Amino acid sequence: MDHSGRRTIAAAAALALAGTALAGCSGGGSPGDPDRGAKARNYTLTIARNAIEGGKNTGEAEWITETVIPRFVAAQKAKGITAKVVFQGSGVDDEPYKTKLSLDLKSRSGADIMDIDGIWVGEFAQAGYLRPLADVAGPRADAWDGWAQIPKAVQGLATFQGKRYGIPAGTDGRVLYYNKRLFARAGLPANWQPNSWDDLRTAGRALKKVPGVTPIQLDAGTAMGEATSMQGVLPLLAGAGAEIYANGKWTGGGAAFKQVLALYSAIYREGLGDPRLQQEAKGRDKSFAEFAAGKIGILAEGDYFWRDVINPKTGVAKMPSRDQDVGYALIPAIAPGKGIRGQSHVSMSGGAVTVLNPSTKHPQQAFELLAFMNSPEMHKARTAGTPEITSRDDVNREILKGDPLLSFIAGKVLPLTAYRPGIALYPQVSAALQEATAAVVSGKSPDEAAAQYTKKLEGIVGGAGNVATG
Amino acid sequence: MAPATSPPAETGSAVLGRRGAAAFVAPALVLIAVFLVFPALWTLYLGVTDYRLTGVAAARPRFVGAENYTGVLGDGEFHHSLWLTLQFVGGSAIAGQTVLGFALAWVLRDRAGPVKRLVEGLVLLAWILPGSVIAFLWIALLDRDAGTLNALLGTPGTAWLLDHPLACVIVFNVWRGTAFSMMLYGAALGNVPPSHLETARLAGATTWQTLRDAVFPRIRGHVLTSLLLVSLWTFNDFTPFLITAGGPDHRSEILAVYVYRTALGDGRLGFGAAISLVMILVNLVIALGYLRALRERRPA
Repeated sequence: MDHSGRRTIAAAAALALAGTALAGCSGGGSPGDPDRGAKARNYTLTIARNAIEGGKNTGEAEWITETVIPRFVAAQKAKGITAKVVFQGSGVDDEPYKTKLSLDLKSRSGADIMDIDGIWVGEFAQAGYLRPLADVAGPRADAWDGWAQIPKAVQGLATFQGKRYGIPAGTDGRVLYYNKRLFARAGLPANWQPNSWDDLRTAGRALKKVPGVTPIQLDAGTAMGEATSMQGVLPLLAGAGAEIYANGKWTGGGAAFKQVLALYSAIYREGLGDPRLQQEAKGRDKSFAEFAAGKIGILAEGDYFWRDVINPKTGVAKMPSRDQDVGYALIPAIAPGKGIRGQSHVSMSGGAVTVLNPSTKHPQQAFELLAFMNSPEMHKARTAGTPEITSRDDVNREILKGDPLLSFIAGKVLPLTAYRPGIALYPQVSAALQEATAAVVSGKSPDEAAAQYTKKLEGIVGGAGNVATG
Repeated sequence: MAPATSPPAETGSAVLGRRGAAAFVAPALVLIAVFLVFPALWTLYLGVTDYRLTGVAAARPRFVGAENYTGVLGDGEFHHSLWLTLQFVGGSAIAGQTVLGFALAWVLRDRAGPVKRLVEGLVLLAWILPGSVIAFLWIALLDRDAGTLNALLGTPGTAWLLDHPLACVIVFNVWRGTAFSMMLYGAALGNVPPSHLETARLAGATTWQTLRDAVFPRIRGHVLTSLLLVSLWTFNDFTPFLITAGGPDHRSEILAVYVYRTALGDGRLGFGAAISLVMILVNLVIALGYLRALRERRPA
């Protein structure tokens, strides 16, 4: 009897464990010799990026497979070296892509060259997943001639504690896109520029009268992930005069944050936005499709939306009439002069950074390829089909002339913009911001949601002492 | 001294000796140690650290004592998720898969020919298709704007996945997993002697009486084994994530999804490990309950 009892427990334990064990392994990095594998006559490098042919960021993926790889391989061949370069594409949301890279780097495997969001540099460096470029590739990294062409602010995307961890590819800015055709039907001007949140709401109410149209898409909720923070909460917060992290403190649910939530509440409780869309697992993709189909009046997004989403040729939600029908405007502050730094209009910026995997077997060759990808010729090739703001001044001077939106962003938006704090806690804070908007969209009052947010924030950042609720 | 006619289980150890027996068991024990015991202890260890996926705590995790465990037990999101999981297991594994699987097996038990093959084929198809493919089909079925279900019912714009997320994943899981129960019960019903059923029929027993008095006593072990396996699988199932991603607003965030979100989404590996350990304990309780019930059927 005793025996069978023990056996029963053991059997139950085995079954239970088989179901749930969460395994892990320790991280950390060893300082590798930058010259290891430098003399190889025959080597393979892998490039990873959240881009895939025929899907997300297809232009980037095609640029790598059709231009970068063949030309780099040919240049090596001319030197008598056999190089093989493999592209490892993904076409997923940013969060799972980040998880995948973290796990790759933690287990000291993964691609030799990878593209990451600039905001991840700090936390990856702190975790020991990334090492300064000069440690991985040696002195040639700092001697690269391209640095002279990249502005300090943009280099900042790839810098952590004064050290460069990669080469930024470009930067971006956020605007309000609007459908001019719907604006005409609602009696709104084709050349629209709101100067306050009231202007935005007024336009929304006019659009509401057009049947079958969702007036405003302002990303909200947790399903949209970082898009909610980047396209919604953070620019609005800047418009209410606050930054999420300033003077060593995180911004809690004070006056500015309540104003932001009140705008969300006004939009989603007054029927100016579609609350269900913010909850759906694929809501952001759907909002893109609806805008492209002429069913959304105003949508806040980065220049990515123009280049890669509604692009008539290569977008994921192609909008053939983009150039005629889509207008863009600066995101207004709550009232003129009330934004951060006394601005009347605001934006947020970020950008991708290409980094080297410290565990690469061929750091010299990997850096050579990285520098090649960031040469003026390759930047021009990358942006030939769909221009975008690159990190290089020399390239921007040539390519932005032809594109009105990007000239607008480079000229009008970037001077107003702000960046997110490169701190490992940021993603959790960002998730708390998203939850606060989700609460408002599903019916909680802004005050209640703000109080919950403050409580959650204090838990994340280690107490009320690190939170500013002024 | 053991007589030559004693049961083989007892002579076995005498013939092999302790060492021989240990040598035979050793490979299995090593496998269990490497793949079950070590990960479980590792999970226990991670649960007492502030280990994270990125940032400083990824390189140098600190010991935080029972903080994660008390955090999990006091976490409203965990309670919510546990409750959802119990509903998910109760609705889809016990009420859904087991009852439906048995009903199908019972109805089809002495049928032959194309109808039986067709039904079995369809049920099995739901089981053998890859989860990602199926999830895509279900999203297409339940979509708010262009979903097949809305087209069939004439209810355009009904957001099934938003209004009834948990019910959707329960129905999905019933559809997905019924095949296993059906096959197991199909085989079990073969063990019921036809003479018993015939006798019950001649005695004028209703279907319910036949099931209760002639069938269930014979297949009790199969029922409990099936319930045990299906409950544990369902408890740890991650597939609903592919359909609802735990949303909206965590309303379909069962424990497997909750662990994934905290450990990999938020990067809180230490906290995620603590949740996993609590899940292991819940699984243990479930498994113990069934195994006890299974043992009771043996004559005392």
